[in-house]
Amino acid sequence: MMSKDLHNLSTPLDARSKLLRQKIVNVFKYSRRGHVGAAFSLVEILRVLYDEILHFDPKNPHWNKRDRCILSKGHGCLALYALLAEKGFFDPKEMERFCLFDGILGGHPEHRVPGVEASTGSLGHGLSLGLGMALGCRYDKSPGRTFVIVGDGECNEGSIWEAAMCAGKHKLEQLTVIVDYNKHQSYSTTLEVQDMEPFADKWSAFGFAAREVDGHDVVALKEVLNKVPLEPGKPTAIIAHTIKGKGVSFVENNLKWHHKNKVTDEEIRSLLKELEV
Amino acid sequence: MRKTCLDQVYELAKKDERIFFIGSDLGFETLKEFKKEMPGRFFVEGVAEANLVSMAAGLAMEGKIVYANTIATFLSRRCFEQIVLDMGLHDTNVRLIANGGGLVYAPLGPTHLAIDDIAILRAVPNMTIVAPCDAEEMKRLMPLTVDHDGPMYIRLAKGGDPVVSTGSIPFAIGKALPIREGKDVLIVTTGITLRMALQAADVLKLEGIEAAILHMPTIKPLDIQTLLHYVSQVPGVVTVEEHTIIGGLGSAVLEAVAEADFGAAKRFKRIGIPDVFADHYGSQDDLMSYYGIDIQHICSAAKQLHSFRVKTSV
Repeated sequence: MMSKDLHNLSTPLDARSKLLRQKIVNVFKYSRRGHVGAAFSLVEILRVLYDEILHFDPKNPHWNKRDRCILSKGHGCLALYALLAEKGFFDPKEMERFCLFDGILGGHPEHRVPGVEASTGSLGHGLSLGLGMALGCRYDKSPGRTFVIVGDGECNEGSIWEAAMCAGKHKLEQLTVIVDYNKHQSYSTTLEVQDMEPFADKWSAFGFAAREVDGHDVVALKEVLNKVPLEPGKPTAIIAHTIKGKGVSFVENNLKWHHKNKVTDEEIRSLLKELEV
Repeated sequence: MRKTCLDQVYELAKKDERIFFIGSDLGFETLKEFKKEMPGRFFVEGVAEANLVSMAAGLAMEGKIVYANTIATFLSRRCFEQIVLDMGLHDTNVRLIANGGGLVYAPLGPTHLAIDDIAILRAVPNMTIVAPCDAEEMKRLMPLTVDHDGPMYIRLAKGGDPVVSTGSIPFAIGKALPIREGKDVLIVTTGITLRMALQAADVLKLEGIEAAILHMPTIKPLDIQTLLHYVSQVPGVVTVEEHTIIGGLGSAVLEAVAEADFGAAKRFKRIGIPDVFADHYGSQDDLMSYYGIDIQHICSAAKQLHSFRVKTSV
């Protein structure tokens, strides 16, 4: 299933990927906090989805023929906000009020924000919500597809596998789950905390057509996402191998940056320096 | 009552294509006509209740009105977070149909006794909680659930419960039903406890005590206006519920009354399940009597409150 060595991810970031990360870093000038590592590992997944795959209308976020995209690992929301702001769902200036009392963008995404399909943050909800949406769209014969992005640590939750069981049973080809497999959770590596391997095999066993991909390779991501459903009559699982904190040497695989508080000016300068185009 | 409720879902679904049904691992052939006639809107998803509730919410986000059914404790306890976030926070049109509210599953022990479901769900913003007293009241409730805005918890009794409601007062979600007038004491009920309150009021009348009865099939939102009107007429209030006395009907009534501007303090007695897990089996009625949720205890509580008034007024 693997087309290249997915345990040795050395894909260089292009200018767009760096600029999106810069937008995330710029938020820290105001909030001084955020789930940095989780957001950085997601950027290419979200970028390819919003640039190439999803059908949506930022002026009509509830357009009933849209593709639904749920960020079930809600703590990665800074990457989602960067994309939604850029696409015109809300004023990019909202990014400056991240986590502030009167801001609309919090530390986890809320469905009242234009473009955010579901409030997530507590892990293990998004796949079931997406399953319900996909079943509703299928009943309505809507062209809308549903994409749910889950974390690898999130897949420790039993509810993920309840939803997977159900999606497999319903042969729900309108549903695609993308696992941001950065191999780290809050405490330590997934290998130490709760090894999910054989990960792709688990999804296959639950009735999904599963593929593994370099989650920072935008060409590879685009290629596989353009093909969903990968098999007729099956939901799709894309295991996107990623690096937590991808793009900045001192953030990559550094769990001190899983959730960072009190980000200093010096740290912001260092982050932006590594992300220079 | 359960059969009436599910039959109503079927009848309503025939007329309204927005209505979907999801069960967990229900009894053999439950709603078989629904399944046969409207298979695209009928789901049985197994012993995976967390997924069931969130999936229902996802369907509701697509404009569906989803009735989700399983045993009460498996919803209120196991799925609390799914209820809070996916039903409550998203304000979705999911109606939980909760089998066996209270002590219905007495022979099955504490894992199946929904003694705390009302307390748990009262704390969820946007949630509406209803507990009809009999099958006829259920018939009046169910059509109103279709276009009700937001999530709802429908607490079912055992089934085959004696019909005591008359329908003489129009039923509305969120409205208390004044059943009987009286100046000496007020009995407030929800669910099947109306039946014993009616019988208790007859007994009390023979002893010269006029008991008013206010039935509250909707526990949340509580009809505070009607409640306070009736409380204002009497010196004492007895609440009767098939639920722990912590956080249920009695607590809701107390909170409303305590914050009201009554000149003189009201006397109070909450009748319900004490703060314990069941240590007996038997029947629902056995446990109701064991915990003092019966006519005799309602009468003695009412008389005690009344005698206090007589004593203080001398």
